[in-house]
Amino acid sequence: MPRRTALNAAVGEAVSVLALLAVLAWAVTRPRGWPEAVAAAPAAVILVAIGAVRADTAAAEARQLGPVIGFLAAVLVLAHLCDDDGLFRALGARMARSSAGSPRRLLGRVFVIAAVTTAVLSLDATVVLLTPVVFATAARLEVRARPHVYACTHLANSASLLLPVSNLTNLLAFAASGLAFGRFAALMALPWLAVIGTEYVVFRRFFAADLGGGSRGGGQDGDGDAKGAALPAATLAVVCLTLAGFVVASAFGVSPAWAAFAGAAVLAGRALARRRTGPAALARAADVPFLVFVLGLGIVVKAVVVNGLGTALAPLLPAGTSLPALLGVAALAAACANLANNLPAVLALLPLAAASGPGAVLAVLLGVNIGPNLTYTGSLATLLWRRVLHRHGSAPDLGEFTRLGLLTVPAGLALAVAALWAALHAIGG
Amino acid sequence: MTEPGSTIRSVFIWVSEGTWRASVDAALRVAPAGAQLTLLYVTPEEVAEAARGAYLGLLGRAGPGPGARLDELAAASAAELLDAAAHRLGRPCERLELHGQAEREVVRACARADLLVMARDGDRSRLGPKSLGKAARFVVDHAACPVLLVWPGPPPDIGTIPPPPHHQHRPGPRPGNPDKLRH
Repeated sequence: MPRRTALNAAVGEAVSVLALLAVLAWAVTRPRGWPEAVAAAPAAVILVAIGAVRADTAAAEARQLGPVIGFLAAVLVLAHLCDDDGLFRALGARMARSSAGSPRRLLGRVFVIAAVTTAVLSLDATVVLLTPVVFATAARLEVRARPHVYACTHLANSASLLLPVSNLTNLLAFAASGLAFGRFAALMALPWLAVIGTEYVVFRRFFAADLGGGSRGGGQDGDGDAKGAALPAATLAVVCLTLAGFVVASAFGVSPAWAAFAGAAVLAGRALARRRTGPAALARAADVPFLVFVLGLGIVVKAVVVNGLGTALAPLLPAGTSLPALLGVAALAAACANLANNLPAVLALLPLAAASGPGAVLAVLLGVNIGPNLTYTGSLATLLWRRVLHRHGSAPDLGEFTRLGLLTVPAGLALAVAALWAALHAIGG
Repeated sequence: MTEPGSTIRSVFIWVSEGTWRASVDAALRVAPAGAQLTLLYVTPEEVAEAARGAYLGLLGRAGPGPGARLDELAAASAAELLDAAAHRLGRPCERLELHGQAEREVVRACARADLLVMARDGDRSRLGPKSLGKAARFVVDHAACPVLLVWPGPPPDIGTIPPPPHHQHRPGPRPGNPDKLRH
């Protein structure tokens, strides 16, 4: 490794950190609307070329990330096809009907549907596909949409704890933890419920005025989407079978990614046969530039870790799976996620936490998934760039969102860690 | 401000989700025949911005994200509300759709009005200070014109007023007699 030794570790770290900042800045500013991969892929190549990260280390990272990225692509396609089949529209109509014009009842339904959507079809589905439907539903009922839209954005993060497929961070942790799909879900069920419960209690109090305000009164849906309101039963059945497939495949030592591929293939085949979608739309849903971005980001973060961040973070990470140790791990993970973004944070912390076993890995997940709710963009880095972009116009006031985060995140994180600790004791890591 | 004896020439009606009917009806009762009526709706920008932020936080996703869709939906919903309010009003009126923080935009827009008609925006299950939300409280405090504040539904019965504090106990001689305290 002649090139590696030629480069001083401090210089390597400085260059790697600069590369990471550049990649994050690009991800937020998106010059000319170009995808993030345009910055991340060259950054990774340059870091390998100048020896900041060894080629075989980068290759090992790519081999590890490859299957995870493939799994994610399948889940993204699955969610997209569910949307094509009208699943979210139908859920919106159901929410409108069953909440009968009550803002409070609508909030309860949004909580259930956003939490389940995030868990099963990933947080992308909640942010991109469900949030507009929730907004439209609130508007149709003449209910102020703020609590319901904020609930979607909060739950996209905090309710993404349950399954490996709920969040890319989970897929990465799932690969690092060595847990089976079912065991992962069993250990995370209690933390998932704890954090959703915390969010609900805080939301009900925080938005008491909005929720106690008026609505059109009565679930008048006859004029709206009554025709498109039927739930697509076949699509739901495929999603349920896919979920079962995750657990069964994993229990037999087969990668659950195959179940995701199978589910996506069934829905895609059906949609193609009915000419509801085309190959181009499916490729767009799989989001190849994003997959390249994750690969590039993984290698850039690896360079940051091997050149010094790893040795700097290691002493900060408590060892073992006692309650205080888990709390420390989750708090550190939340802090890292809030500084940069939860994706680089989880990439950097997982190799360190894996040494303490699955409990510590799951505690990292609690931190990186719940922590981002402190700011509305998920981290200070993205928030700063967002503010820079807004400097010519007046930026909307998101102070209320931040206060909401200060109320939910510390409480939710503490309760979720306690729940994880209890689950680890009851089920065993 | 309206001088004593002068007529009300310009009435602003703050239209808001769920409560606009009461505001429109109240304006119809008080606005003189020749008065200019303006329906005002404020689209809060932070709701779509929160969705944009959530999408940004995902890092690296292609596609437009939910922000533009939310903007479209918000514009459509604002237009629908203003249309419905204009229809209920049944008199010639102007429509004003603003963006930003509702309370500040309303105060600014009504600076020259002779009257602002608005409805309570708080938790009506608790009569008292909570029945005014943050936005309505701000407008009541800062509006530069007279404000007509109406209940979105039927006003509460006079019997819902809580008794004054010293009437909480049964009337009659108090148990703690001051004479007894002296020794």
